[in-house]
Amino acid sequence: MPDTTMTVNWRRRLVLALLLAPALLWLVGLIILPHVDLALLSFRERVAPREYVPSLAQYRTFFAEPLYWHVFVRTALLSALATALTLAVAFPIAWVIAKVARGRASALLFMVCLIPFWVSETVRTLGWMILLRESGVLPSLLTHLGITAQPVELLYHDATILVGLVYTSLLFMVVPLVGSFESLDNELIEAAYDLGGKGGAILREIVIPHAAPGITAGCIVVFMLTLGNYLTPTLLGGKNSQWFTEQLYTQFITRFNWEQGAALGFLLLGLSTAMVWLGLKLSGQRFSDVMRRA
Amino acid sequence: MVPASPAAADLEVRALSKRFADHAAVRDLTFSVARGSFFSILGPSGCGKTTLLRMIAGFIRPDSGEITIGGRSMAAVAPNKRPVNMVFQHLALFPMMSVAQNVAFGLARRGVGKAERLRRAQAMLERVGLAGSGDKRTDELSGGQRQRVAIARSMVLEPTLLLLDEPLGALDLKLREHMKIELKQLQSAFGTTFVYITHDQSEALVLSDHVGVMNHGRFEQLGTPQELYFAPATSFVAGFVGANNRLTGSALAVAGDLVDVAAAGGWVIRARAHGTIVTGAPVAVYVRPEAATLARAATGLPQGQGVHAARIVSLLFDGANSVALLREASSGLELRIALPQTGALADLKMGERVCFSFDPERAICFAAEANA
Repeated sequence: MPDTTMTVNWRRRLVLALLLAPALLWLVGLIILPHVDLALLSFRERVAPREYVPSLAQYRTFFAEPLYWHVFVRTALLSALATALTLAVAFPIAWVIAKVARGRASALLFMVCLIPFWVSETVRTLGWMILLRESGVLPSLLTHLGITAQPVELLYHDATILVGLVYTSLLFMVVPLVGSFESLDNELIEAAYDLGGKGGAILREIVIPHAAPGITAGCIVVFMLTLGNYLTPTLLGGKNSQWFTEQLYTQFITRFNWEQGAALGFLLLGLSTAMVWLGLKLSGQRFSDVMRRA
Repeated sequence: MVPASPAAADLEVRALSKRFADHAAVRDLTFSVARGSFFSILGPSGCGKTTLLRMIAGFIRPDSGEITIGGRSMAAVAPNKRPVNMVFQHLALFPMMSVAQNVAFGLARRGVGKAERLRRAQAMLERVGLAGSGDKRTDELSGGQRQRVAIARSMVLEPTLLLLDEPLGALDLKLREHMKIELKQLQSAFGTTFVYITHDQSEALVLSDHVGVMNHGRFEQLGTPQELYFAPATSFVAGFVGANNRLTGSALAVAGDLVDVAAAGGWVIRARAHGTIVTGAPVAVYVRPEAATLARAATGLPQGQGVHAARIVSLLFDGANSVALLREASSGLELRIALPQTGALADLKMGERVCFSFDPERAICFAAEANA
């Protein structure tokens, strides 16, 4: 008997291993190995052609060079701001989809949020450029209506970058919020109202505590997407964008300084990890609960 | 009946109507509920009772008519301003708050200070027998305890009227029986007017001082549980409240109060007429299972009642509520007749020939309705 039990156990383990194999290959081959390689790269310094020594020089450069610092902090702050704006815009949209609209109307609204993602991010961003550039649709409309005397350049401002980032991230906030709101029993809202609650109190005491894991999940996803976004800040912000991913691109592609690029990449990873940790701490959420909602 | 004097009424409803797109949910309803009484609205699902309750709570605006609570018209008063609180069907306790916070929620909305509202919440929890549970989470409580929290959460606001929307529906049978008694005791302890809706006639009979039996948006009858049970006003009430045997046929002969009814297969039964019955008209006769007497031979039956022959189809033993299902010999109709609680007929067998009789005064004959 013990022999058969062992065979069954073995077979079960084999099946499990086979089922997990694609995911494990993916994880090890495409995520862990490159990161290990990048980590090794970031901790060495070129002393002569094809001669490298282990060193912390790359990280030292980051802290010594004010430009890196400046861009790093600016990217983090603007990403946090973009996340907050996305939450503010997505909250009422998700509420309408989950609680106000019914049946077909609700599905249609969801589709409207999804449609922009049918075209590639590049095309979408170029669309924004056509609308906003000095000779574009919106500036000429403003001039036509007599609001501005001459067409104004609406591109290459921080506000433009924020608009683009919020637009790109909206869906990733709406989806977890809709999930959270749908699981909120309408009876709870009615009960709060029945007990004398008004809109603000119900939002603060019932809706937000209930939706907290969904809100946190949406914020984490949007923050990570925004922090790591390259296309939108570069195209909409131009030379003024000063997004940290551009520094990475410059190091890897323009300067061919892989060591410095790897170090900056790890600093960005550290930054997003730290911000997510901080967000979870501040909202009192557990990572596993939040990820289930995302 | 419900006292008509407005001074003693906590809830008055006058000519209330509500239509939804395709059907009238509540039709021209007028009634009042006396202060401190337990009033139930009993009806099958879809009869409009939930719509009525939600109009009283303020969640639905009536098309016409007036609701007065504690002498004040509620026409322009929002639900969060009404002196009315509701115990929801699934209780709707706030899972993000502790038990004490749940009870204090309404007080906080009224601007009561933190120390004061926690003190009052604690006092209210003591009154409902949950003194030590203030810090617990709502999902740590049993079904019965959750129900008491839901009532405490409303009662702490001292409402004129407490509305209860089938709160026992989600509980299992044993707990439901227990909570029935507890609800009744809580109501008499608080002295608050309760308006309770249910589709369970036993809940309505056990709990209420007065019951309105609702069907198709109207009250079929409004009265004490005893009146509903022993003197149903309509065929619907007779069929809905308590167990009843419904026998249809046509009126053969009308003699004063009594009617002879020809049922299927030429079986003739005698019953008391309710309202005017015309000879030859289609009728429905209702005989309660406990109104009939069962015996092995005609000699075991009361004198002077018509004797009917039957065969036992099935025996449903349920202690004091045991009944025999039997098939009447000439019509083949099935009837439920209560078995004597003395256990006298405990040895009856399936298929056995028996006879039964009933007092015609306790069999009620209604003119058949189109929709009955």
